[in-house]
Amino acid sequence: MVSLNHLIVVCLVYVAGLFVVAFLAERAALRGRGSWLLRSPLVYTLSLSIYCTAWTFYGAVGYAARSGLEYVTIYLGPSLVMIGWWWILRRLVRIGRAQRVTSVADLISSRYGKSNLLAVMVTIMAVVGVTPYIALQLQSVTVSVSIFATPDLGAAQGEELNQNAAFWVAAGLAIFTLLFGTRNLNANERHHGVVIAVAVEAVVKLVALLAVGAFVVWGVAGGVPQILARIDASPISDWNTGGGRWTAITFLSAAALLCLPRMFQVMVVENDDERHLQIASWAFPLYLMAMSLFVVPIAVIGLELMPEGANPDLFVLTVPLSLGQNGLAMLAFLGGFSSATSMVIVATLALSTMMSNHIVMPLWLKLSDVGAQQSGDVRTVVIRARRLSIMLIIALGYFYYRASGGSGALAAIGLISFGGVAQFLPSLMGGIFWRGATRTGAVAGLSIGFIIWMYTMLLPSFGPDAALSAAVFDNGLFGMAWLRPQALFGLSGLDPTVHAVWWSLSINALVFFVVSIFSFPTPLERLQGAQFVNVFDHSSGPAHGWAASQGRTEDLMIMSQRILGADEAQAFFAAQALKQGLVAEPPAPTPEFVQALERELAASVGAATANAMIGQIIGGQVISVQDLMAVADESAQILEYSSQLETKSRQLSETAQELGHANEKLMQLSLQKDNFLSQISHELRTPMTSIRSFSEILRDMEGLTPAEKTRYASIIHSETIRLTRLLDDLLDLSVLENGQVSLNAQRVNLYDVIEQAVTTAQASSARQLEIRRKASAEEVMVYTDSDRLAQVFINIVSNAAKYCDALVPVLDITVWREEANVVIAFRDNGSGVPVEGQNLVFEKFARLGNGDADGAGLGLAICREIITRLGGQISYVPDGGGARFEVRLKDLQFDDETKLNFAV
Amino acid sequence: MTKHVVLVEDEANIAEAIRFLLGREGWRVETLANGHNAAGVIRAAKPDLVILDVMLPGKTGFEILAELRSDASLAGMPVLMLTARGQARDREMALKAGVSRFMTKPFANEEMMSAVRELTAGRVS
Repeated sequence: MVSLNHLIVVCLVYVAGLFVVAFLAERAALRGRGSWLLRSPLVYTLSLSIYCTAWTFYGAVGYAARSGLEYVTIYLGPSLVMIGWWWILRRLVRIGRAQRVTSVADLISSRYGKSNLLAVMVTIMAVVGVTPYIALQLQSVTVSVSIFATPDLGAAQGEELNQNAAFWVAAGLAIFTLLFGTRNLNANERHHGVVIAVAVEAVVKLVALLAVGAFVVWGVAGGVPQILARIDASPISDWNTGGGRWTAITFLSAAALLCLPRMFQVMVVENDDERHLQIASWAFPLYLMAMSLFVVPIAVIGLELMPEGANPDLFVLTVPLSLGQNGLAMLAFLGGFSSATSMVIVATLALSTMMSNHIVMPLWLKLSDVGAQQSGDVRTVVIRARRLSIMLIIALGYFYYRASGGSGALAAIGLISFGGVAQFLPSLMGGIFWRGATRTGAVAGLSIGFIIWMYTMLLPSFGPDAALSAAVFDNGLFGMAWLRPQALFGLSGLDPTVHAVWWSLSINALVFFVVSIFSFPTPLERLQGAQFVNVFDHSSGPAHGWAASQGRTEDLMIMSQRILGADEAQAFFAAQALKQGLVAEPPAPTPEFVQALERELAASVGAATANAMIGQIIGGQVISVQDLMAVADESAQILEYSSQLETKSRQLSETAQELGHANEKLMQLSLQKDNFLSQISHELRTPMTSIRSFSEILRDMEGLTPAEKTRYASIIHSETIRLTRLLDDLLDLSVLENGQVSLNAQRVNLYDVIEQAVTTAQASSARQLEIRRKASAEEVMVYTDSDRLAQVFINIVSNAAKYCDALVPVLDITVWREEANVVIAFRDNGSGVPVEGQNLVFEKFARLGNGDADGAGLGLAICREIITRLGGQISYVPDGGGARFEVRLKDLQFDDETKLNFAV
Repeated sequence: MTKHVVLVEDEANIAEAIRFLLGREGWRVETLANGHNAAGVIRAAKPDLVILDVMLPGKTGFEILAELRSDASLAGMPVLMLTARGQARDREMALKAGVSRFMTKPFANEEMMSAVRELTAGRVS
């Protein structure tokens, strides 16, 4: 017989061994060594085995002894998920890694717009839901210890001893968890030590169970055929399981794998490599199979060997003990101890992270109004919060154990927990697969599901007249029969578990779905929703959310140091600065940087808290329309479509407008044509009138003096010349306007052109005009048609001679370079073109002078055409004084390419 | 008493031709080269005939005609209008505005003189 002291010593040695393993693992991880083991798929798979708690270790045998093969469902659910739905897990892991998620509460809160309300709800629900589970571990350890303490194996244990043992077990577990989980201050590190310890414990419990199984099969029964015969004879082999219960429990255990905080911790948070999931997807079911292999043989032998009334939950221990196999019993005890401790450590770690991140930190941020900028290390607050949470959670487990009488079957307690955490399922799955899921929907679904679970599963578990009075059980709440906790809405005759799972989850899912459809997500929710649902499309995620330059890097640094620790914060800032291309200076607070920092902090304190902390420093969060468009592809598509429509309709109205313009232009052109013809008619008829009249006078009148004859003949002559010139101008203009003109371009000296023009204009002018020039400035080479250019200059000079109304008319010709142009300016000292005529001077027939001008008003129109053909510009520049015309030509020195563009 | 005509014409050569033709028949010709205050001059002079070009600097022939026709003291004064534009529309406008005779340039001298005679027949002693 093993003594209690013996047992305690073995336990302490075992725990010390685990500490050493954990310590070595953590040190190796810190030094970057041993990652072949620490980050191996094997360790990952083994760490998943915390699914198998003391409930599985001891309880499965008890379960089988009581209910036959139904225990298989507990293994079936997770196996189905791992094998069939590993893509859901992959999505969870991807999201968890991309968003630096710290817990299942963090994930749900983050998905629904970093909602603190949801984080708090999920945290409280998780704590309440997992409490029975922790109580279950306490119970199993306590009971197994008491087996060793009392020599009488079959008799009921002393109540007082049990109570004391439970307290000390709870205290021991609390200390164990505190030491393991919060020993080091880096709150955001993955817990390599814990994971390794859990993996070791996984091996211990498997070996222990296999050893007991092997002993039972070969040592007691005498071989496989014998044990099979005994199983056949046993009542266990009777199929006494209803399909509804079978389905419900399989579903519950599958949901639990996804929703249990501790499973989320090892599966998502501690995951190092997404590919590990592929191996775990077959290796973990294999582990579960090995764990379940000898459950039935042990149960059958236990039922045969042990006296009536012995607790079947303890067959794993009591069968070897009763056969004098003390060593094997000790190993079995260690296996159960391992199962319980690993579960409690990871579960309380996960829960304490949730409590500190989602309840304590936000409160602390709110209460200390300077928040993150206050002096002091935020990490100590985090660590203290976690330690307190751990103690609180284990205390809750202890009190639940006391309250529930510690007598319930292990499996029943486990199922209550499963039912509680399964309430997360609709919000969790909806959140990662359905963009339409909203925060309001999640809050509503979770609340209603949780309330129904409490009412139909948790409270009844304390027994009649404990939490709920017997009257409520029989007659329903407030005497309303449809509110009976185990026959809700009149649905009676069902197994209580099936009943509770059915109502809580279906109403939860329905409410979640309906409320989501009828509520509108906030921009942040839509943004997060898009990132979660489309995690495989853009796992890097576009930078968004924070407006640049509002935050100061120093403030961010101070805050980060308090959360991440000085070394890590500095390393992170340095890395970010390097990314921005900065050396030896702090990174600029760009939106990308702040986004990265938020993720980094989220890994320590959760998304909602990190968001709030950054918000304190940066100020408001900004989500631009572009952000939403970039990620929210549905809305982006709608937006795009509507913007396309907008573009189309704009194009249409533009086209209509263009057509309108074109029509107007045509009308104008038609009008212009009429006016032009009318003008031409006038210009032709006017000289013809004089010619006809005077020629008739010369022909018909008698007695004309020779002087009269000569005068009239010369009038006819000059009017003929005027007609001819008019026709020449018209033809010239027509040719220029049609672009049929051939230009004879060559390199010419501007001086020569001006010289030629001035000489010609002066010779034909009736009036003498003083012309002032600066020859040196005119020495510019231009590539142009010199005759055409001279024609323009002649026209301008002649106009000055004709229209300048100064007493002594003077024309200044100045030439200069301006950027790529040569500018030739002509300015006279007259009164210039009247304002109302200034923008008409280049129009055809725009005669602005008094009637005495002899031109038809085509000269400047021709000039404009010529200069345009030559690639230049001509303009009238009102400068308050006389008439000023400027001609701009391409400067050949500046642009040798001009001649290439000259092809007309 | 000499017959008096006011000629409003901006083309110097045309004005000279008309002046020569009318002068040979004993008319005193008063020539205005623009339309600025043609109406005022005519109102003051009360000539036996007005010959009006359409395209004029200052005011158009139509504007001057409208002014003359709105003045009751000038009622019945014959106005001969000359235009080089020669469009049907102009003729209609002129007739509507109360022109006595409308002629298109270029004109035959004889055509012009017979028009002058017809317009002033019975009015001029």
